[in-house]
Order: sequence, then C-alpha cells, then structure tokens
Amino acid sequence: MKLRLNQKNIPLLATIAVFLLIYLAGSLLYSNFFSLRVFVNLFIDNAFVGVIAIGMTFVIISGGIDLSVGSVVAFIGVLAAKMMHDYGVHPILAFSICLGLGAIFGMIMGSLIHFFELPPFLVTLVGMFLARGLAFLVSLNAIPIKHPSVDAIIDFGIPLGFRAWLPATAMIFIAVTLVGIYLQHYTRFGRNTYAIGSNEQSAILMGLPVGRTKILVYTFNGLLSALAGVVYSLYTSSGYPLACVGLELDVIAAVVIGGTLLSGGSGYVAGTLIGVLILGLIQTFITFQGTLSSWWTKIVIGVLLFVFILLQRYLSKAGAGK
Amino acid sequence: MSQVQWFRSENFQRMLWPLTALFCILLFNFFFTPGFFHIEIKDGRFFGSLVDIANRAAPVMLLAIGMTLVFATGGVDLSVGAVMAISGAIAATVIRPDYVKGVLEYGEVQSLFLVLAIPLFFSLLAGLWNGLLVAIIGIQPIIATLILMVAGRGIAQLITQGQIVVFIHEPFQYIGSGFLFGLPFPIILVLLTFTATYLLTRRTGLGLFIEAIGANSIASRFMGIRERMITLSVYIFSGFCAGLAGLIVCADIKAADANNAGLFLELDAIAAVIIGGTMWGGRFTIFGSVVGTLIIQSLTTTILTRGVAPEVTLVFKAFVIILVALIQSEKFRRLFSSRMPGKKLGAS
Repeated sequence: MKLRLNQKNIPLLATIAVFLLIYLAGSLLYSNFFSLRVFVNLFIDNAFVGVIAIGMTFVIISGGIDLSVGSVVAFIGVLAAKMMHDYGVHPILAFSICLGLGAIFGMIMGSLIHFFELPPFLVTLVGMFLARGLAFLVSLNAIPIKHPSVDAIIDFGIPLGFRAWLPATAMIFIAVTLVGIYLQHYTRFGRNTYAIGSNEQSAILMGLPVGRTKILVYTFNGLLSALAGVVYSLYTSSGYPLACVGLELDVIAAVVIGGTLLSGGSGYVAGTLIGVLILGLIQTFITFQGTLSSWWTKIVIGVLLFVFILLQRYLSKAGAGK
Repeated sequence: MSQVQWFRSENFQRMLWPLTALFCILLFNFFFTPGFFHIEIKDGRFFGSLVDIANRAAPVMLLAIGMTLVFATGGVDLSVGAVMAISGAIAATVIRPDYVKGVLEYGEVQSLFLVLAIPLFFSLLAGLWNGLLVAIIGIQPIIATLILMVAGRGIAQLITQGQIVVFIHEPFQYIGSGFLFGLPFPIILVLLTFTATYLLTRRTGLGLFIEAIGANSIASRFMGIRERMITLSVYIFSGFCAGLAGLIVCADIKAADANNAGLFLELDAIAAVIIGGTMWGGRFTIFGSVVGTLIIQSLTTTILTRGVAPEVTLVFKAFVIILVALIQSEKFRRLFSSRMPGKKLGAS
C-alpha cells in the first residue's frame, strides 16, 4: 500500500524536480532571474491559465476533458467588456452575470455528457465552437474596459517588498488553488471524482452519485473558465473575441506536466500549480534568453509533454505489473 | 423483425441523416439563393457555387478521409492541422531554400517531384510518430497526437523562421488552383484518394479489420489480426492525407503560412467524420465523412451568401454537430422510441 502511494507521487516529484532544474538553470545563467519579482510575475502572467488548469485537473481526474475553455475565456471577456462599455453595467454585476453564464455553460455540457452518453471531447468541442461564435456575435473587435471600480481592482495589490507586488489577479489564482486543494482532499466531491475516473462502473456499483458529480465537475470548470475570463480581461483591460486561441492545449499540457494521469483517477491540484509555473518559467526563460524565438516555447512544451507522458506510461505499466 | 434486418435499417439510418441534412441545406439554397445551382462552362472549366463548395472543402475532405479510419480504430488524430502546416512549410522551403535567410533569388528551379515528395515523406514520418506513440507505446490517441499538435506548429514555424514564405512555381501551383477535365484539381485529388481508400478498405478485409480493432482491440488480436501494424498504418495514412491537404492549401495561396495553415481544420475534420455517421471505435463510412464535409462547407457558404458575418458560422456549426451527435446517441433515441413500444403494449 505504501509503495503504491509512493508510485503515485513519482510524477509529482518529477514535476517539482523539473521546475527546480529550470529555475536553477535560469538563476545561474541570467542575473535577476532569481528574484522575488520574477517569481511573483509567474503568478501574475499565468493567473488565467492557472485558474482554468485547476478546474481542468478535476475534469481530467474524473476521466473527461474540456476543450471549450479557451473560447469561454474569450466569450466572457468580450461579454463583460461589452456590458460595461456599451451598456454601462456596473463591473460587479457584469462579472457576476459572466460567472453565472460560465457555470450554466459548463452545466449544460456536463448534462449532455452524462444524460446522452456523448464523448466529452465531442461535446466540449461543440462548446468550443459555440463559445467562440458567441464571442464574435457579441463583438468582432476588441473592446476596452474603463471603469473607476475596475481600475480600483486592477490597482489593488499587496506590496511584498523587493519591488515585488501581488495584484488582485494573482491573489485570485492563489485563492482558487487553495479552494481546489480543499475540494479535492477534504470533500466528498473530490473523492468522488477520483472514484469515477478510476473506474466509473465500480463507482456506480458503490452507489456514488456519478451523474451529479460529473455534471458538477463540468459546472465547476465552466465557472472557473468564466473566472479566468474575468481575470484575463482585468489583466489586459479589454475584451477580445480572438483571445486565447489554443489555450485549452496549454492548460491540458500544464495539467499533464503537473502529474495528473490523463486516463483519470490520479493527480493533484498542487501538481497542476507547479505545471502552470513550469509553463510560465519556460516562457520567462525564453524572454531572458532574448535570441530564441517564440516557437521554441511550443516545441519545448511538446517535448516536456512527451517526456511526462512516457513517464506516466512507464509508471502505470510498472504499477499494473505488481 | 429479425436481427439482421434491424441492423440493416440502423445502417441505413446512419447514412440517411447526413444526406437529409445536406439535402435540406441545398433545398434552402434552391429557394433562397438565386443562381446557387447555376453552373457555367468557361474555357472548358466548370464554375459555380457547387463546384466552389467542393473545391473549398477539398483539404478538409482529405483530412476527414484519413480521420475516418483513425476514428474507426477508436482513436483521433489532433495533429493533422499542424502536419498541414509542416508539409506546406517544407514545400515552400524546397522551392526557395534561402528565402528565410533573406535571399530573394530562387536558385535553380526544383523539380515538381522533389517539391511533392519531400513534404509528403515528412508527413508520413509525422504519421509514423503518432502511430508509434499510439500503437507501440500505447499512449491514448488524444494525448499522443496532442504532442505533435502543440510541437508541430512550432516545428513549422522553425522551418519558415516565422516568416510567410511566398513563391512562384507553376507546376506546383497547379495542385492548388489547376483544372483537370474541367474540374478544379483538388477535387480530382480527393476523388482519387477517396476511390483508393474505398477500394482498399471495402474490397479487401482491411476495413473489417479496422472496425474489429475499434470495437475490441484485444479480441481482434486474439482473432489473429495484426492490430498494432494496422493501427500504425492508419495513423501513417492520416499523416499522408494531412500532408496532401497541406500541399493543396500551400499551392493555392502560393505561400507557406506556418501560423495559420490548417489552423482548427482538425476540428472541422472531426466534426465532418461525426456528422457523417462514423462511430468512435467501430463502423465507419468514408462516403459519410465526405458528405459531412460537404454539409459543413455548404452551410458555411450558405451563411456567407446570406450576408451574415463569417465568424458566426461557428455557432451554426456547433448546433449542427450537437444535433447530429444527439440523433446518433442511443440514449437520446431511446427517449423517443421507448414511448412507442409502450403504446403498442397499451393497445394490445
């Protein structure tokens, strides 16, 4: 029993090792890389990726996948901007409506997956088309967000010393991570997601509320996608219907690199946090390097994905052999 | 009703829905879009909306043909868009090897054979890579092909150094914009690929083997089917189709755009396959996938001719796909059909 637990932790340990390795290499190669400011920037620049990645962790652990997240971020961002800019809706109200819509969007997808037994990747693929199309329906151009209370939220932050500064968006990211860890380890909902992902048939036979949990997982992810949309619109101070194309792949990559098994049933929110930070670190590394072009980011992420999937494969085979 | 007849009607139904959908879209255009069915012959070439739809759908049709077989084995190939970008980038680089270094001269004109063979060879390699990951190492298809989807576009950008490589190469351009027997050459290419694939899978046992693997790969191995080799070749074939589609797009716009070539086409191809009635892991119909592609493209063209913003087509696509998927869902059908036996029981 103890050995099995250890084995489940190996992907997580490998993730931490990779993170430390890249961080160490960056710190040795470039001055100023090892500073609180660069570290905090990882949280700021990747806040919206991180928020979705937490939701995606639950989805993947439950054995599903959600391809719609990038489009939902764009849709929510442009909708919130439109409501505030064109109709003068108060930001708090606009953001609340957006969060509600995101949750409903996720709930509908979850219901389709559960009640009609459609494959998750198909339903969320449709969700991806739909949300992107709706974003274009709202506006074809970028809309600026300018509102005193939005500015107040953007300007709000905690100074950390060493010229570092923790803004509201990064705080949301950290808060969501903490909530995710709590949900995963201290609630029935969290345990049910593991059970469904490991073996749905057994979960049904055990009398677990499979349908409710599945729908909840997608609702939760829809809510977090909408929250990420809000964070993204705060981060860029605008809504843009073409934003975040392909974000879902970055998010899935972060979750996998974070040690979550894609077949479901195993993984940690904390690992996902580190996976997101690794993606951010690669980006920072390439920025510091200066001569490497942006496409190297994609290639490096692809290689990392490959290595981690191989590692997972090897581990699960070794686990099955025992 | 005997079991056999029931299955036959099921099969029939599966093909019926996509054809009905296509028919409805065409019917709508017949009444509301003037000149939609008008086909003109100029210089021995056909022109008209219908030819245009087929021509524009050609790259996705090729992707869909490859994707159908992958789908039938219970997999999916997400990397086709990226492979398109790679194949286009390589073709342009073969034509103008020094363009990325800023040399504008062409050097010696490359033979058409090299311009076609080198990109297609690397497309086959890309397919082989996917196939190895799925069939030999045993990674889930969504994830295995996700790797190349993410990294592949990066590789394409690496080849073109992030630039859009423009070129002039008459014989190669023919593949994208030429005419043969009065039809655009991409359509001819699709017809050839379709016929070859159909004969290979339906006139030999191969199609049945592929369906067996999709239904139950372990059982098919015990039956003596070389399941790994077949899965591997299916992914290689999908890579080849993607490479061919990439060449068409690249030759058509006379440029290799690593950022945008084939972007999101994997989604269109998957949608076409599902609309066409191929099940994930099991029975497949290549003809259905071609019809599926035509549905998507004629829907897009219809919306465009009605003057709606092109971006909004995504919303329509979403509804069409989910509707067709729901109709094919066993549970959804039972929702309606379960009432009928109930009535019968009540009557007797």
